[in-house]
Amino acid sequence: MGYEVKLEIFEGPLDLLLYLIKKNEIDIYDIPIALITEQYLSHIKMMKSLNLDVAGEYLVLAATLVHIKSKMLLPAQEEDTNGQEEEADPRSELVKQLLEYQVFKEAAMQLDQRPLLERDVFKRGRTDEDQYADGGKDEVDAELSVFELIEAFYRIISTSEKTEFMEIDVEKMSLTERINEILDRLNEKKKMTFTELIGGQTSRKSILYTFLAILELMRLRMIRVYQAGSFGVIRVALFMEK
Amino acid sequence: MEDSKAIIEAIIFSSENPVPIDKIREILPDVEKVEISRLLIELMDEYEKRSGGFLLLEVAGGFQFRTRPDLGHWINKFLKGKPAILSRAAMETLAVVAYKQPALKSEIDRFRGVDSGSSLKGLLDRKLVRIMGRKDVPGRPIMYGTTKKFLEVFNLKDLSELPTMKEMKDLHEEA
Repeated sequence: MGYEVKLEIFEGPLDLLLYLIKKNEIDIYDIPIALITEQYLSHIKMMKSLNLDVAGEYLVLAATLVHIKSKMLLPAQEEDTNGQEEEADPRSELVKQLLEYQVFKEAAMQLDQRPLLERDVFKRGRTDEDQYADGGKDEVDAELSVFELIEAFYRIISTSEKTEFMEIDVEKMSLTERINEILDRLNEKKKMTFTELIGGQTSRKSILYTFLAILELMRLRMIRVYQAGSFGVIRVALFMEK
Repeated sequence: MEDSKAIIEAIIFSSENPVPIDKIREILPDVEKVEISRLLIELMDEYEKRSGGFLLLEVAGGFQFRTRPDLGHWINKFLKGKPAILSRAAMETLAVVAYKQPALKSEIDRFRGVDSGSSLKGLLDRKLVRIMGRKDVPGRPIMYGTTKKFLEVFNLKDLSELPTMKEMKDLHEEA
């Protein structure tokens, strides 16, 4: 039944590159660019094959690596007459960047090792600053996982699809527009249910966009979505400061 | 005076936030600042020696009682709360801001090699990072820095308590 895949979690392209350098026990000041480029590219391929979203930054570094590789293949130009000297080593910029990243990565680890308030150490009298205040007493709010949202989405899709006809939809929709629309409506009403937000929209596409907009707003922590127990009403509210 | 020590202890105990020396001085104007510092050190030593459930610590420019770090696990169990954890991305972003402040988003992105927008937003929401103003260059980009809450959360007296970049590099080269 399927595979179990163990993947290192990389914080970005530089992290992946550092990992490859460490794994191959390579001197960071003398990176065999052909080898590393090849491994880097195959890693990206693997990420793609696992349907992981390969962020643009990974591709940028891939392009940089290939560029450096091609530069290193060229014979060193030594045209003294031109005066302008070529950059000594095409890798130097990348190495500098890697070293800098390494320092910050280390710094982040050191910070993480400190005794953190509310994780390792506690002060007297905790404030409820992190809790969100909510008036509704009849419902106990529970934070909602993305999967429950997806389920709700399917429920709506399945009820609306029956009335859908084949038609060519030329209506243009943008996620940003939808996000703004939701924010406007929430600003007005403070709190809405998921069904209200979807309300009235019958085309699969517009429901999809609303759904994506909600996910995006959750990610940006601009709204909060909660539900009172399973199958309860899903409520959407603006994320309140403080 | 033996009394002032007890008063200082009581003041700190009654406060939710770290109490700076100057605040104590306001209450005890007759006691010299040096004397207050001495008493504070005495108090800190006493709690340290007692090795009980909490300690008196100097954080974010003040003094505060805090539970002992190695007991965190028990307190989390007691409070039934999720311990406040920062993601690796957030930690990295925070590290760059802490060391490079005032830091621009473009600098943070460059050092990390990825877009730091959402991490920065999260750190701003948690009030670990604040906007320090705008840099006077084209585009007037926003400058970010750490907050007092950052010092409190990370158990730091002040920013100078962080190991320097050079120390970190040396450490790395030794490793």
